[in-house]
Amino acid sequence: MNSRVIELQPQAATGCGQAPVLPGVLKERGQREVFCGLTGIVWLHRKIQDAFFLVVGSRTCAHLIQSAAGVMIFAEPRFATAIIDERDLAGLADAQDELDRVVTRLLERRGDIRTLFLVGSCPSEVIKLDLSRAAGRLSQRFAPQVRVLNYSGSGIETTFTQGEDACLASLVPGLPASNETSLVVVGALADVVEDQFARLLAQIGITKVGFLPARHSDAMPGVGPNTRYLLAQPFLADTARLLDTRGARRIPATFPLGVEGTTRWLQAAAAAFGIGAEVVEQATTSARTRAEAALARQRQALQGKSIFFFPDSQLEPPLARFLSRELGMRLTEVGTPYLHREHLAEELALLPAEARLSEGQHLERQLDRCRAERPDIVVCGLGLANPLEAEGMTTKWAIELVFTPIQGYEQAADLAELFARPLRRRELLAA
Amino acid sequence: MQLTLWTYEGPPHIGAMRIATAMRGLHYVLHAPQGDTYADLLFTMIERRDRRPPVTYTTFQARDLGGDTAELFKTAVREAFERFQPQALIVGASCTAELIQDDPGGLADALNLPVPVVPLELPAYQRKENWGASETLYQLVRKLAGPSVPPPGTSRERAAGGPARCNILGPTALGFRHRDDLREVRDLLQRLGIEVKVIAPLDATPSDLARLGEADFNIVLYPEVALLTAQWLQRNFGQPLVRTVPIGVRATQEFIREVAALASVDPQPALDDPRSRSSWYARSVDSTYLTGKRVFVFGDATHAVAAARVVSQEFGFTVVGIGTYSREFAREVRDAAKLYGVEPLITDDYLEVEARVAELQPELVLGTQMERHIAKRLGIPCALISAPMHVQDFPARHAPQMGFEGANVLFDTWVHPLMMGLEEHLLTMFRGDFEFHDGAAPSHLGHGAARHAAAAVDASEAVTAAVTAAVPASAAPTATLPSAAPIVVTDWAPDARKELQKIPFFVRGKARRNTERFAAERGVALITVETLYDAKAHFSR
Repeated sequence: MNSRVIELQPQAATGCGQAPVLPGVLKERGQREVFCGLTGIVWLHRKIQDAFFLVVGSRTCAHLIQSAAGVMIFAEPRFATAIIDERDLAGLADAQDELDRVVTRLLERRGDIRTLFLVGSCPSEVIKLDLSRAAGRLSQRFAPQVRVLNYSGSGIETTFTQGEDACLASLVPGLPASNETSLVVVGALADVVEDQFARLLAQIGITKVGFLPARHSDAMPGVGPNTRYLLAQPFLADTARLLDTRGARRIPATFPLGVEGTTRWLQAAAAAFGIGAEVVEQATTSARTRAEAALARQRQALQGKSIFFFPDSQLEPPLARFLSRELGMRLTEVGTPYLHREHLAEELALLPAEARLSEGQHLERQLDRCRAERPDIVVCGLGLANPLEAEGMTTKWAIELVFTPIQGYEQAADLAELFARPLRRRELLAA
Repeated sequence: MQLTLWTYEGPPHIGAMRIATAMRGLHYVLHAPQGDTYADLLFTMIERRDRRPPVTYTTFQARDLGGDTAELFKTAVREAFERFQPQALIVGASCTAELIQDDPGGLADALNLPVPVVPLELPAYQRKENWGASETLYQLVRKLAGPSVPPPGTSRERAAGGPARCNILGPTALGFRHRDDLREVRDLLQRLGIEVKVIAPLDATPSDLARLGEADFNIVLYPEVALLTAQWLQRNFGQPLVRTVPIGVRATQEFIREVAALASVDPQPALDDPRSRSSWYARSVDSTYLTGKRVFVFGDATHAVAAARVVSQEFGFTVVGIGTYSREFAREVRDAAKLYGVEPLITDDYLEVEARVAELQPELVLGTQMERHIAKRLGIPCALISAPMHVQDFPARHAPQMGFEGANVLFDTWVHPLMMGLEEHLLTMFRGDFEFHDGAAPSHLGHGAARHAAAAVDASEAVTAAVTAAVPASAAPTATLPSAAPIVVTDWAPDARKELQKIPFFVRGKARRNTERFAAERGVALITVETLYDAKAHFSR
């Protein structure tokens, strides 16, 4: 645990010519209380309906997914773990054969699977098990019925939502080539949110819209030099990089959280297609009015309340922006596992100066700061929530912000409600 | 490599965490990659503990692998010691750290900390959670109680005049009803006038473990966790051990007699307990309908063996299958299986368990949350008897499995899923009645449940459909069981089908299967009313 605070660095912002003047970002190293990228399987397998996720890992990996996902996964397991055992470690030569055997058994059982992701883990990375070779070989064997891809969700390489980034990045090289002028929305969204965005974008006049990931393996969007893409999630660094290599160009924007974030997001897309802000204004009037009215009620509960974020999903800066600007909350520390300065440039520019950004984590010191601050509400992981509640703090589980549909106008008030409910509940129980 | 959909046990370091989290004054430094901190939520969310487990993780990342992970580990130990000031430390590696071979024990030793440091070797690619818990307790006790082991040949003398003293070994954090079992067992010991010296690991401190040798004997509540330690104490301190697990009325009585004999006290004060109701409830005439209910039992070895004994000897059920995921205690389950004349199922493969349940078609499943999932899909009632733990396994109320109150709880929770009581007789008597029919839900579920009950019937009927027809994978992904043999489809004559409808819905599935099997074995292509009653007569011999 390299425990020194590295230094308070002045923010080196890039992108769009804006150079937001930010207070220093606190960078820390130490114990990180975060999930690994394997956790992304929990929502990705619900999103891509004909995909199966096979983790190649240890019993710990299997235990993690089943514990983190809890009851959600009991619906229909389209993921499993190929547990590496002693024999595999003793003679690496046959690990590839073992993988073939496991995958064959799996695909025989599940004729409905069109994409199989071999998901690397900490142990598979450390023993350097070559999953890309396995994916290539198995893809050939099972083509055209099943495509086999691989990515790493290991904790040594990915933090929580970065697992989604790695998964989507693995899809990019296989996306069909297209010269058509089109918009691709990148990042897994709940189906209901995706449908709302598709309708709004159509009303704005952007007709050729694809979503990555698509719900089915045969519906993944095409990309090419005339593709513009819009990130729906702030944690997609690798996916964006690979889309760039396919010639697609990113539309810099805020993220579609809250009314303001959604409007700016849509406006950025419209501008990229030469559509004026007034068109967006008109197309979104009713949704915006509805959302603003709903938010006004939540604002009464949240205005002036202070909030502290432990790092979790990288969604923290846009969430903090929404809570501070649209609900009047007071930001204390906004912790995030990584701060992608380019993708977050528009968000950082909107954050109030008093927000203390921290990147990385030294858990014990951060807990000390949180206790000293006594915020009205703490956003943290499941391992910390009850212990902090027992210390008298009000908490919101960060993971719910990833599993719940929170993007777009219709969900803006739901998002605010996620923060208002713990506060209201504490008052109710104290009364 | 083993294809695993669900795992019954976590890796062995989770077992070590269950010991560390149960204890006070102990801290665990775990060399583990980022992400392994998920384990905290098992304790804070599933068990709803109000404190973080006393565990520091190194959470190394790829960039650290190129550098000095050993130094990272040493810093973590040093910082944890300074911050938490524990009486003792345990140090070890999770699966990934095991591969990088940093030797946590040696590194921690090099720090010369002023407290005992116990290194753990928990081979993550061979062993599992319960083994890890057992090994951790054993290593802690060896290290901490070891210095007070008397010289070989020393005879044990009980202090004259005072009460007999015992230790209770086994209750951990994240244990299936350990909190409540412990209360029952302490209550029994109190009635017998036996003093409890140390309870370990739950709420014990390292210095408590050092005092284990002071007691006259040891009680092993959970052999999966504490048998190894108790055997070591027996060898080194000459302490006898009580292995009878007091689950069920009879086992509780045996336990009392065994403990009383070791303590040289009269068992009677504990044997008579007016709160013990389950034996009378089982004799009560309304329980007649429980006779011969076919039960499948699966869980950790201790709970599975105990559950099979209780249902067969105390409730009058028939054990049609028994199994465990505890390979270390497979022999106990094999022995139990012999008693019931069934084939034991020793596996941690969820798919195998599912196939066995589907094949046996029991009327009740006593299992874990995994079997609850299987039973739900197959439309079979189910009650939980064992870990892996679910948030529902930590009820706010007192709900022990052990002692007389535990036996009461077993009666209630295992009979309730079969719950229709007198209503079942009414259904049989008035079958075909306009109000007692499939669509009518049992009255205890209220009117709103009618639709649900009908769905449950569909589910139970779908069981046979699943093995005869290919079910769309999206609807029942695991219903296409590898070992389920296809059944020859025999046709039903319309009048026979009508007659089948008159059989109460909760036994109709069985009646249909039996009849179809009967017909298939005799090469009958069309099932008539005659065939139906022939089959009924055949199977009711």
